[in-house]
Amino acid sequence: MYNSLILSIVTFIYGLAAVFYIGAWIFKKDSVGKAATITTIIAVIGNTIGIGLRWVESYQIGFGRAPLTNLYESLVFFALCIAVVYLYIEYRYKNRTIGAFATPIAFLAMAYASLSPDISDRIQPLIPALKSNWLIAHVITCFLGYAGFAVAFGTSLMYLFKKRDAEEKSPLLSRLPALSVIDDLTHRMVMFGFLFLTIGIITGAVWANSAWGSYWSWDPKETWSLITWFIYATLLHARLMRGWHGNRIAYISVVGFMAVLFTYFGVNLLPGLHSYGQ
Amino acid sequence: MTTENQNSAGMKPEKSPGFFDRIWNFFASIRLTVALLLTLAGTSIIGTLVPQNEDPASYFKAYGEFLYRLFYALDIFDMYRSWWFQFLLLMLVLNILVCSADRLISTGKIIFAKKPKYSLSRFQKRPDAKTFTAPAPPENLLDPFDKIVASKFGYRRVEKTENGYTIFAEKGRKSRLGVYVVHLSVLLLLAGGLTGSFFGFEGYVNIPEGDTVSQIRLRNTNQPLDLPFSVRCDDFSVSFYNTGAPEEFRSTLTIFENENPVFTEDIIVNDPLRYRGINLFQSSYGEMRSRDADSEEVVINFTSVESGMSYTRKMKIRETIDMPEGQGTFKLDRFIPSYTFMDMMNLGQVFIGVLTPAEAAKPVEVILPVQHPDFDKMIVRRGLRQGNFFISVGDVQKRYYTGLQVTKDPGVPLVYLGFLVMIGGIFITFLMSHQQVCVSVEGMGKEKNSRVLVSGFADRNRLGMTRKVEDLHAQLVEAAQKTA
Repeated sequence: MYNSLILSIVTFIYGLAAVFYIGAWIFKKDSVGKAATITTIIAVIGNTIGIGLRWVESYQIGFGRAPLTNLYESLVFFALCIAVVYLYIEYRYKNRTIGAFATPIAFLAMAYASLSPDISDRIQPLIPALKSNWLIAHVITCFLGYAGFAVAFGTSLMYLFKKRDAEEKSPLLSRLPALSVIDDLTHRMVMFGFLFLTIGIITGAVWANSAWGSYWSWDPKETWSLITWFIYATLLHARLMRGWHGNRIAYISVVGFMAVLFTYFGVNLLPGLHSYGQ
Repeated sequence: MTTENQNSAGMKPEKSPGFFDRIWNFFASIRLTVALLLTLAGTSIIGTLVPQNEDPASYFKAYGEFLYRLFYALDIFDMYRSWWFQFLLLMLVLNILVCSADRLISTGKIIFAKKPKYSLSRFQKRPDAKTFTAPAPPENLLDPFDKIVASKFGYRRVEKTENGYTIFAEKGRKSRLGVYVVHLSVLLLLAGGLTGSFFGFEGYVNIPEGDTVSQIRLRNTNQPLDLPFSVRCDDFSVSFYNTGAPEEFRSTLTIFENENPVFTEDIIVNDPLRYRGINLFQSSYGEMRSRDADSEEVVINFTSVESGMSYTRKMKIRETIDMPEGQGTFKLDRFIPSYTFMDMMNLGQVFIGVLTPAEAAKPVEVILPVQHPDFDKMIVRRGLRQGNFFISVGDVQKRYYTGLQVTKDPGVPLVYLGFLVMIGGIFITFLMSHQQVCVSVEGMGKEKNSRVLVSGFADRNRLGMTRKVEDLHAQLVEAAQKTA
């Protein structure tokens, strides 16, 4: 299985990229920062090839299906989404310090997928419930949403760290973008995540209606995705209508990401219809 | 950061608030929205921790008497349909309705104005307003400036001032409606859900292959419900991958109206049958306990111990046939769904035959397990039974039943419409904004120079708007240079 070999290597490339980003931030070396960007781009290419190869190999085994069907594949795709969203932000904001907060999340997702003994990287055929054209749309939109919230989580942490150092004593924190920029970025990432989470929940509902005859069953994963949606909806209303910003938005964003993580992993501990995500 | 529309509550009449006003203000408040969203989020967790709609006895066992009574009183076991959860949703509906109405009253005039109003001083006062001196008189700058502004904004208007003119321009005024579109979508979803719960149902039915049913059972109450048509399961099949995981469940169903077949269709998971607003979904299957074994024909194989010659006979239970090669008679005596051999080995489904040899020996019982065709061979080889033939049961047709989920939900079109409206509304709200700019050009007397002010703002994405004003400023400076 070349795909899992490539993806294991990609895990370490993400790790290396994270080390470079953190190094460039701490030691203020632009050359290291450039290396970090290049490393991340290589990781993204490798990640994409790994996923593509997995798709091809599933056809070679004889039951071709999209590589988006279990926890291993979703984690690999999650890492890719985070890295791509981050690279776009780096390109737009011309600031690499955000990378020190975003690429470690991609690395952790890949490391969890590759190293956890509970997660199988074998290509399994699709069970009947997953055989649907909605699968790809549902998974891609959900994970783009999760990736947006993951980056928002990273920028929220940046905000909270930097805010504690109001007198700019720490040279490390002074290299982070201005508070207002981080705050705005968090808001944008939450909007991005919210849009895709909404589409993800909707495609899931339409799919559920065509597979089980009911667009909403209050299954734990559905319910938790709705809880996540409520939390970020609260954030957006507080911000747009009451002008909340800064710490309060950062805290809600951190809580929201906890809900995302629970929707993703924690729900597997509860009984329900989404059991193939384990 | 403040919002242009934030003070809408303050725009209500200032007279002492009456009872109606107080209720109105309560439902128009964003605090209520935040409280409701967080309460809905918080309480929704309960239903994911306590399994919903299970058997009361299992709850009693899991939680003990006290918690059971408490949860029962609070409808925790069916919380998403409980009165208090529905009440929260009702509050949310009122909140959305009143909030939207309240804001539409104040912003409607802005959104639907035929001739937008601009206040020059509001643009001038902005701290991020940019100014520069252009080396040309105002009248020479009008054309190039107007062209640049026109390329960026849909609506524009030039107003004369004392020493020059002001170009007002804007776009995305209607995007202010985006939030109302999203709110409308939430109402559509809830209306669809309500429609479904009043006029729809969710049930299930198991149909054995070959059988026809017209009655199903409702999922939560287990009440029977008559369908306006009947369904026959012609065939059910299940296939497996090499790994043993199921690959496909397929049922062939025929719909009957007044005993007349209407059509036949195959359904698989993810591809249901829809007829007269009722949907039939493949949801489970099972093997029939052969209650009809009596009437079914069973294939019996006789294999000669000496020659290996094989004979096949079809027979029913309690039928007696002559053995091949004149070796006596064989009676297929009975069927046992689960048979344990010598108190040790469970053989599953077995047929018991009685073999009466030709030479007046005693009849012997022959055990014919469905799953283990070589069983009798082993018995004879080990000398546990005398005889010239190994006997086995050939392919016994397994009889399946198909488990169908049967639903009717007339609310689905509303819900789907709500989905589309919601995605559209969020797109508008997040990606578009109402952007207004003004380019004010004033002549500077004898010097034939002009003083140019560029300023703009948007109702959302302010940082993006600041950047846009900076861009516009740079382009105007360049154009002014060229003109001179």
